[in-house]
Amino acid sequence: MDWTALSVSLRLAALTCLFLLPVGLWLGRGLARARFRGKSLCEALVALPLVMPPTVLGFYLMMSFGREAPFGAFWQRLTGEGLNFTFTGILLASLVANLPFAVQPIQRAFEAIPANLCEAAWCSGLSPWQTFLRIELPLVWPGVVSALALTFAHTLGEFGVILMVGGAIDGETRTLAIAIYDRVQAFDEAGAGIMSAMLLLVSFLTIGVVYGLAGRRRWRRV
Amino acid sequence: MSEPRSPVSPAVASTAAGGSLTVSIHQAGPIPLAADFHCAAGELLALVGPSGSGKTTLLRAIAGLYRPAGGRIDCGDESWLDRDRGVALGPQRRRVGIVFQDYALFPHLTARDNVKVALGHLDAARRNGCAERWLDRVRLEGLGGRYPSELSGGQRQRVALARALAREPRVLLLDEPFSAVDQVTRRRLQRELALLREEIHIPIVLVTHDLDEAVALADRLCVLHGGRSLQSGSAETLFRHPTSAEVARLLDRHNVFEGEVVEEDGRRRLQWGPWRLEVAAGLAALTPGQRVAWYLPDSDVVLHRRDRPSRGERENPVTGRVAEMVVLGGMTSITLAFDHARESLRFDIATHAARRNGLVRGAKAQVSLLASGIHLMPEEFSR
Repeated sequence: MDWTALSVSLRLAALTCLFLLPVGLWLGRGLARARFRGKSLCEALVALPLVMPPTVLGFYLMMSFGREAPFGAFWQRLTGEGLNFTFTGILLASLVANLPFAVQPIQRAFEAIPANLCEAAWCSGLSPWQTFLRIELPLVWPGVVSALALTFAHTLGEFGVILMVGGAIDGETRTLAIAIYDRVQAFDEAGAGIMSAMLLLVSFLTIGVVYGLAGRRRWRRV
Repeated sequence: MSEPRSPVSPAVASTAAGGSLTVSIHQAGPIPLAADFHCAAGELLALVGPSGSGKTTLLRAIAGLYRPAGGRIDCGDESWLDRDRGVALGPQRRRVGIVFQDYALFPHLTARDNVKVALGHLDAARRNGCAERWLDRVRLEGLGGRYPSELSGGQRQRVALARALAREPRVLLLDEPFSAVDQVTRRRLQRELALLREEIHIPIVLVTHDLDEAVALADRLCVLHGGRSLQSGSAETLFRHPTSAEVARLLDRHNVFEGEVVEEDGRRRLQWGPWRLEVAAGLAALTPGQRVAWYLPDSDVVLHRRDRPSRGERENPVTGRVAEMVVLGGMTSITLAFDHARESLRFDIATHAARRNGLVRGAKAQVSLLASGIHLMPEEFSR
């Protein structure tokens, strides 16, 4: 059992969720509320990682993370470090790859809130920020939970994008999914089996806990 | 502030703040609006008009949820909107209580917590008790722990009303508040609103497309069409003296005709087809030869009885042909057609009276048009 790989996977999944939560709330709410030209284009861009083959997405990310590419060069100047073959690199890649999983459920949840609910809150004296915290957030909470569950599970299982950007550096970019592949390549099917079972267990526990949390509510929409 | 306070629960009495609402909103687009109306403290003003007439937009403008391009909204000594001076307060700073058509209750909060949301102006420790008092006031004792999905339509409306009043608003706005409940519940809620009005001395603006509701509940009506306020007044005034044929039509009044002012033996008459009608008031101001629209409330049409003469029979007798008879329970709606006029005369009589008088479709019938009821609308053609 490759505990280092498991720790990389869990760290990557947790951080992806942490960073994508505010992004998902901001983008999801914006896309649900705003009416502007080019909204469909924005939605298509957000959804793009969903339909792109992971290796293709990984390839483009790898190219743009290179020191010759504008983004890679910018990052190099900013931090003094490269992105390819680093944990930061796979985290950034993971954020891009998981964007639709984080945004779409939250956007759907915001769309389901009737507009006059916020107006009723304002007329009751709540500021826009109080309205967000006390009215909107509790109402979109199930959407947030499913966004987090999808993002977490999807990050644990991500293979193509991580391999293209990060390679398989032990303790840095070798996630459990990649470690399993390495084990199989090395004809260690027993090792791969144990790790697969572990991944299965972790995924199942995550989803179970998260759905359990989301499902515990007495109120219904009227 | 001179309004007498009623001896009611402290939560209710605390809303008793006097200050009238004056609205004057004008904009060319995107929704054309030209509305002026006033609602005194303790008064209930109904905005009536067909859908798309701008009723709800005006209500939203009062609440601060819609910002018109031009106009003023004043409540008491506060200016909520004054486009010329760049004043446009947000909904949080206007202190309005609003009941939305679908109530807009927060589904994830209990009835009590829904009311508590509007109690931000009180200390946290007092909110629970105050919310409970409000729920008691709208007859929801013991239901504070229920979620909106666990309440009936009528109960939800009451929670929405309690939430609106809990804010201690300076204006209460009601957007079609009775449209989503059944008839029996509607009656009960309307009754409760009428009772509640005795205790809250703030302007109440009711938006409704239901004329009967407006007449039953409101002190005054403001008729809207296409974003314009056409006429304001008591139901009695509007129904007897609409300023235009359009107002009459919007108020579901029939019997709008066109006549000509004539002079006969030094006295003015209204020539309508072959008849020269006596008119109690208004003709003196007009010139002979002038064409004028006129209106007659159906209560001022008197059917001549076959067997014995009735009140006012000598007054403006006209003869028409029964074009339509519609029995609606105890009342029958009679439509008389005239050879000279495109418009027909419609009035209601008791079904048994119609039967006794042998009224059938196609039969001739004589009626009197009471001179005191004839209302002239000279603006109709001068516009």
